[in-house]
Amino acid sequence: MGAGRTVLVTGVSRDLGRTLARTLATDPGIDRVIGVDVVPPRGDLGDVTFVRADIRNPVIAKVIAKEDVDTVVHMSVIATPGSAGARGTMKELNVIGTMQLLAACQKAEGLRTLVVKSSTTAYGASSRDPAMFTEDMEPRRPARTGYAKDVVEVEQYVRGFARRRPDVTVTLLRCANVIGPRVVSPLASYFRLPVIPTILGFDPRLQFLHESDLNRVLRHAVREERGGTFNVAGDGLLMLSQALRRSGRTSVPVPAFAFGGLAPALKSVRRADLSPELVAFLTYGRGVDTTRMRTELGFEPHYTTASAFAEFADSLPPAARRTERVLGSLAERLPAVDDDRPAQLTLAGGTDG
Amino acid sequence: MADADIIPIGTRGQPGRGTGKRPSAAARGLAPKTGTPRKAAAKKPAAPPKERTPVEEKPVLETPSLLDAPADVPADVPAVPAEVTATAPAARTDERGAGPLAGIPAGDWLAAFQHASRELFGDQWEPQLARFLAFLRRRVTGDYSVDEYGFDPEVTERFFMAALRPLAQKWFRIEVRGVENIPAEGGALVVSNHSGTVPVDGLMTMVSIHDHTGRFLRPLGADLVFRLPVVGSVARKGGATLACSEDAERMLRGGELVGVWPEGFKGIGKPFSERYKLQRFGRGGFVSAALRTGVPIVPLSVVGAEEIYPLVGNIPSLARLLGVPYIPITPLFPLLGPLGLVPLPSKWLLEFGEPIRTDEYDDGAAEDPMLVFNVTDQVRETIQQTLYSLLMQRESVFR
Repeated sequence: MGAGRTVLVTGVSRDLGRTLARTLATDPGIDRVIGVDVVPPRGDLGDVTFVRADIRNPVIAKVIAKEDVDTVVHMSVIATPGSAGARGTMKELNVIGTMQLLAACQKAEGLRTLVVKSSTTAYGASSRDPAMFTEDMEPRRPARTGYAKDVVEVEQYVRGFARRRPDVTVTLLRCANVIGPRVVSPLASYFRLPVIPTILGFDPRLQFLHESDLNRVLRHAVREERGGTFNVAGDGLLMLSQALRRSGRTSVPVPAFAFGGLAPALKSVRRADLSPELVAFLTYGRGVDTTRMRTELGFEPHYTTASAFAEFADSLPPAARRTERVLGSLAERLPAVDDDRPAQLTLAGGTDG
Repeated sequence: MADADIIPIGTRGQPGRGTGKRPSAAARGLAPKTGTPRKAAAKKPAAPPKERTPVEEKPVLETPSLLDAPADVPADVPAVPAEVTATAPAARTDERGAGPLAGIPAGDWLAAFQHASRELFGDQWEPQLARFLAFLRRRVTGDYSVDEYGFDPEVTERFFMAALRPLAQKWFRIEVRGVENIPAEGGALVVSNHSGTVPVDGLMTMVSIHDHTGRFLRPLGADLVFRLPVVGSVARKGGATLACSEDAERMLRGGELVGVWPEGFKGIGKPFSERYKLQRFGRGGFVSAALRTGVPIVPLSVVGAEEIYPLVGNIPSLARLLGVPYIPITPLFPLLGPLGLVPLPSKWLLEFGEPIRTDEYDDGAAEDPMLVFNVTDQVRETIQQTLYSLLMQRESVFR
């Protein structure tokens, strides 16, 4: 917590990175915050010094050396090729960018802390998954393509770096799907669809992390300097069906084989990007165990999965909720019920043994 | 007057209908000419007298065609039927024009609804219905919670259990023994034999345990269960999770009552000739999970499940094609089609044996393969012996 810390944040062109850089700059324990990205940020950076540099080439090493950076926050691993262009560019940005950044970090003598924002996508999603992944578990089906593979490779390089530079505190944060009113992510745009396709016969378990909690956990990691790998997610789980009911959206179950054909169509109209790993996630779901986040990292999220999703759902255009209104108006005509005593439904069978 | 009685009957002694040169009365009634007044009548069922007039005028043009043909009809007689036929189509158009729902007043609906509610929920129907509506609202708005395995206690208790209970009580007439061996609280591992082609025994065990102890059994299922659409999501909602050491230990540490069927597909898919012969008990993973968490193992022997679908054959090639362990052939199944899916009503006996304690072993016991094998054998032998003694006690398969 020494005064005069200099923090370098990668990936500040996107909202989450920019917000983090700005809030870090207001932290009294931090002197300077340097934001790095290939393209300029879309919004106000406040006190952050922006350096337009590509982490894919060795320029980044010069920035780190010149500015005497002691903390690096790496959050430019992107989930969709969307802004970057093609998948090839995305992979290069994610994997080669991380390699270059870590190579530069290895040379930086003054570096004390490295915080990497990873994702729970690293665990994959399959029918063989345990209910809750702890940090020690491996994905049951190793990812072969896309973002999931990038995440796994990035984590490998980060682990390699941690081995080579044991003096640097490396914090790897595997964050659950970030959600919030301003988040632009494949999952958020999926939930913003007017009619949401679901996979027939599957009801995945979902876990969310609120955007403000992501910001807080990254700041917490910079401040506290606790090394290790941590799952970060809001408490509790939501089933997809439950989430859709809570948001009042209309959903259409689509058979799994047809869902694959739906993804390119949605992508071509730029409504949602249903990558294979997102489809797997929407089929089998995933849960991560956050015990270590509490005990070792000492972080407590403000939002639960349900409240994070509720806030996100409030930002959506209001839904019709016809059934709910009908039921509500019916219920008003009847006497109030005490919530403690559960309703005794005797539609089928008796409750007596 | 005897003649007058004959006239309105209509076919004038000719056989059949429509043999005359003119269209029949029914055909004329349907003719588009009368369509316009019918529509007007439909819009305003409480017809004002102004609307009446065209309806009455039109039939005047037609009535002679109906009535003038019989030569022997006295001239004064048609006057009465003419009025009857004139008003009859008008009344008919009135009825037809109104939709089937529009005619029933709201009060009738309410009365019918109240009657139905009373039928369904008994005399205390108002609070009962209010509670049911509250439940329905919770479901519609998603305002319920699931645990980390996706278990939905509300829907399990209200629907799955309620749907399976009649099957357990009336169809299989399950008799449960040794319920006191299930701990009232804390983690425990129920280990059972597996049989019956379709894992109905697991469902019945869940219902029986819930009805007798009030605890939910959390079954561990093969990954095939979670790969299948519908089955997988229903299983998760019902409290199941994947049979892997991580989940088993997590659940047991969480103080759940966990159910395992270590024979797996070898057990349920064994031919009828090998009924009640226990198969290999997996690799003893369930014992290591119990040893690591120190929970008691409760052996459960199920008699009766073997006979519900006597497996006499298999189609291995089709099974391989579909990626399932076997395609069952029972004496009834492909032969009677869907009817063959009705399980035979065998009499079931469930006996919970004395719990086998695992908390007295040392910490590293789970890493000792010999000890794990020994405990596995002990559990297996206990179940096998109980099966034999239950079979001796059973009067017959169906009684």
